[in-house]
Amino acid sequence: MRMNRGDGNLNLKKNKISYSNIIIILFVVLILCIIGSIVLGRYPIGLEDTFSILLHRFMGWLESIGLPYMRVEIFWNKTQEALLLNHRLPRILLACLVGCCLSAAGASYQGVFQNPMAAPDILGASSGAAFGAALAILLDLNDTMIMVFAFASSMITVCLVIYVGNQAKGKRVLGLILAGIMISSLVSSGTSFIKLVADPNDQLPAITYWLMGSLNGTTPEDVLFVMWPMLIGLLPLFLLRWRVNILTLGDEEAKTMGVNAKRLRTIVILCATLITAASVSISGMIGWVGLVIPHLTRRVVGNNYKYLMPASMLFGAIFLLLVDDISRNLLATEIPIGILTSMIGAPFFIYLMSKDGDQL
Amino acid sequence: MSMRIEDLCFSYGEHEVLKNINFSTEYGEFLSVLGPNGVGKSTLFRCMLGLLVPSKGMTAIDGKNIQSMSAEELARKIAYIPQSHSPVFNFSVGDMVLMGTTAQTGRFASPGKKEIKLAEDAMERLEISHLRNRGYGNISGGERQLVLIARAIAQQAKVLVMDEPSANLDFGNKIRVMQTVKKLTTDGYSVIQSTHDPDQAFLYSDKILALHDGKVLAWGSPKEVMTSELISKLYHVKVEMCSLKEDEIRVCIPMIKE
Repeated sequence: MRMNRGDGNLNLKKNKISYSNIIIILFVVLILCIIGSIVLGRYPIGLEDTFSILLHRFMGWLESIGLPYMRVEIFWNKTQEALLLNHRLPRILLACLVGCCLSAAGASYQGVFQNPMAAPDILGASSGAAFGAALAILLDLNDTMIMVFAFASSMITVCLVIYVGNQAKGKRVLGLILAGIMISSLVSSGTSFIKLVADPNDQLPAITYWLMGSLNGTTPEDVLFVMWPMLIGLLPLFLLRWRVNILTLGDEEAKTMGVNAKRLRTIVILCATLITAASVSISGMIGWVGLVIPHLTRRVVGNNYKYLMPASMLFGAIFLLLVDDISRNLLATEIPIGILTSMIGAPFFIYLMSKDGDQL
Repeated sequence: MSMRIEDLCFSYGEHEVLKNINFSTEYGEFLSVLGPNGVGKSTLFRCMLGLLVPSKGMTAIDGKNIQSMSAEELARKIAYIPQSHSPVFNFSVGDMVLMGTTAQTGRFASPGKKEIKLAEDAMERLEISHLRNRGYGNISGGERQLVLIARAIAQQAKVLVMDEPSANLDFGNKIRVMQTVKKLTTDGYSVIQSTHDPDQAFLYSDKILALHDGKVLAWGSPKEVMTSELISKLYHVKVEMCSLKEDEIRVCIPMIKE
């Protein structure tokens, strides 16, 4: 079935939509999903309530800095306001950010490692975060410290992998991937040991629950904490996206085309790692997003990172937001989102493969 | 003079691969590098492209040592055309050619109108415009080779280095690709190719460089240097050189019967 793969994908269709327009459509869909997600929930908060609460807050802010403002009549109750501002909105925002980061990181790693099977945890970012979180839970630290530990441990693990990988003789890319596998398994054994010695009554369940991945209990402070590393990492990936194309051709070819492959790859890896670490440190293990979403996006806009990168970011945000909506609404108790992404992601990936295996 | 190789030496560890190589090329000239496998043709090309740093000597393009050039500056002077390969991700032909313009694109930018024009002109020149929306992985080997040549043209380099451009191509495609390359030299490009085919080297080249044992064994016009002795010495096989059409063509025939 080599036939029409990559023959412009959409170019074969009569009514062709340009890739730029697809990105605009995705953006609009994301906005609609966000609005829909605000309304969804156990405790009813209407669109009108939401709009008025946000307007009220905005006017309050205008007043505080001495600008002209108008009064908004309060017709909602305090619970609605607290729920919206402290729980629902931060959680929605976080789902979008994490989805966006994981798929951007996946797409980036796939490019720089010239490997379609690369996912955000290829360099050990997830196992590193898991170790940090488990350690923090073992030490009875609070939620914020769990996040800080996970983030730091994730970054340290990846830096270690890059260091070890660069020491390896021969092919640099292969060295990095092998170092990633080795260090990951080393760190995972550490996590297992912590589980072994953890108190089975409270610590062990907490570790297990963290590992399943969840956006439950997101606070505005959490979002602010991870938002900066995410934005700092996403911006260079977005700006350098055209050059990632050239990296996929291999180092020597890239260099003869005027691209410093080693430097560019290091920058892309660092940015992708930063956003992955920030994501998993707050959400726990959310698998499959970073692998499935970039592949789905490749089907729609092709392999050119000029379109692939932004489309992956938007697709990822939409996907995780919708999955999180299921996670918090489907059953009376919350289903950890990591379980859901795997349950949806794996069959979906199989579907993609069977539909047209050529892309892989 | 487009490129000058001066006293170039290169060693992998203790093993000296290239020993005091000297030659130069001109714009509008087609140079073929002949030599058996493992003689250092690829190493020589890597040194010319700035991928390897020679242990001694230098490569100069337009009179300037390539070691003192930035990656972008070098890419605007010399382009590499690999053997037709299939990359991991299937890009469209148009995107593939457009990638050649990266050296002129701002670091944080994607190619704009100017670059797209360059890519379109390059595709037109090689008569592959109709392939622009096809996947690079789905076209034939000969077409792929033309796409890679178009990419080098879009890169706007005037010196083209080709690694066995006609390898793995069928008889017809081989001739089509070589004719296209030959036409580029008449347009002022300087082409350097490595090849294993003495007949083809004679047919298209203006100059021939024969590498033997890491040294230049012969250097000159095909009519001067292409002899049965040279080929026998290079490849350790007995051959006879037949001259056809008043020495317009020379064909190398292996002597398998003693």
